[in-house]
Amino acid sequence: MGPPIIDVQGVGKTFDSQAGSTEALREITLAVGPEEFVSIIGPSGCGKSTLVRIVGDLVEPSTGTVRVNGKSPRRARLDRDYGVVFQTPVLYDWRTTAENVRLPLELTGRPRADREARPSALLALVGLAAFRDHYPWQLSGGMQQRVAIARALALEPTILLMDEPFGALDEMTRERLNLELLHVWSETSATVLFVTHSIAEAVFLSTRVVVMTPRPGQVAAVVDIDLPRPRADATRTLPRFFDLVTTVRSSLRDGVRL
Amino acid sequence: MLVFVLGLAVWEAVVFVFAIEFYLLPAPHVIVLSVRDSYPVLLEAGVYTFTEAVIGYALGCGGGILAAMVASRSPGFAEVVLPYAIASAAVPIIALAPLAIVWFGIGQPSKIAIVTSMTFFPTFVGTLRGLDTVPVSSLELMRSYAATEWQVFVKLRLPHSLPYVFTALRACTTLAMIGAVVSEFFGGPVKSLGVYIKSTASLFQTRQAWSAILVACGLGLAFYFAVVLTERLVMPWQRERDRA
Repeated sequence: MGPPIIDVQGVGKTFDSQAGSTEALREITLAVGPEEFVSIIGPSGCGKSTLVRIVGDLVEPSTGTVRVNGKSPRRARLDRDYGVVFQTPVLYDWRTTAENVRLPLELTGRPRADREARPSALLALVGLAAFRDHYPWQLSGGMQQRVAIARALALEPTILLMDEPFGALDEMTRERLNLELLHVWSETSATVLFVTHSIAEAVFLSTRVVVMTPRPGQVAAVVDIDLPRPRADATRTLPRFFDLVTTVRSSLRDGVRL
Repeated sequence: MLVFVLGLAVWEAVVFVFAIEFYLLPAPHVIVLSVRDSYPVLLEAGVYTFTEAVIGYALGCGGGILAAMVASRSPGFAEVVLPYAIASAAVPIIALAPLAIVWFGIGQPSKIAIVTSMTFFPTFVGTLRGLDTVPVSSLELMRSYAATEWQVFVKLRLPHSLPYVFTALRACTTLAMIGAVVSEFFGGPVKSLGVYIKSTASLFQTRQAWSAILVACGLGLAFYFAVVLTERLVMPWQRERDRA
């Protein structure tokens, strides 16, 4: 593994409000290498979303440092190193599917030919080529989130930050999108930081799973996922898959006791 | 449509059955005949009054939208002004119409001034709300792409505010017609709808008064639907959603 793409050193975060201060994260240290797919899993409110937001420069850390591609997160954001997929699709109502995917290309002033061609190619990649002229409200929740993924890939980011993107979807849609995400990821060379509260999802997708403790979030364990690639539906039936699910589950339980 | 026709029939029947004198309440067909008879005068008066309404509307709504854009870019200013803008909805601006005549003369400018004042604040408040209620997640998406303030404004705040703006614009068509006609009650040239209604009514020429009211209603409706049509052209995504 080369130098880390994402290097988190001793990061802590305390939110101050009128009701008092809440320590969300404490002393997080984590390095993610090139083309890794790292999932962060933990109980609700453990600060896993906050951690991803700190990496993406959407939230400032209270303590510690973060380096992304050897730069500050702010520099990386200004350089458009990130593609972000949020818990909700965050599609703009007034834009069609293709126009939503085109948004980042417009913001960065890409050439016209790029702006025309790339949305179609990306929508084809997520299986929505036929829906390019639909408005967001005409799509199901799963389709909307696929549009959001296509949009996140528009600028060929080196880092993909995904904050529980499939949390609101039903189990079957989620499993199908997990497979699609792996397919999409294999077509790119992005490093992925993926937040989830589903153990099966974390194990199925990742190269490594970071297990966090309840608030204030700390790293309870890091589990290497050595399942063979490419992964498929059959992967979910491997004995090794169940072993790893059990390992992650007991780490979560130990984290609660920690 | 059926309700409309039925309503007319009931009106016609009531006037006939109870033998109501035409100077109290003329039957619908009498009003329509009266419009036909005094068509040239009504047309001229209608154009005169409608011009006041449209110019005042354009100035008031245009000013309201521009002011809201400025206010949303300077939050401190918006905080100071907004309470007054909202409170102004309770002020009967039409009561200033006699004074407007003192300030701007008996002609069109005084009516335009009233219509402008009546339409400014609703548009200002509606637009400002639209510009400032953008969801946090939509803003974060822009931030993650390091979008400039200008890009956020043009590609997010403006399109997000459109439904709010058009709600205000639709309501203001009615305000503009009311403002123009009622201001004329306080004085104006003979060939304006307000003066025509007032003078014919005071002479018990009720059918003439009603025919002018009918013209005012027709113009008001046409104004309203012109704005609705514009709204559909500007926001095609809303139209398809309404249909679904």
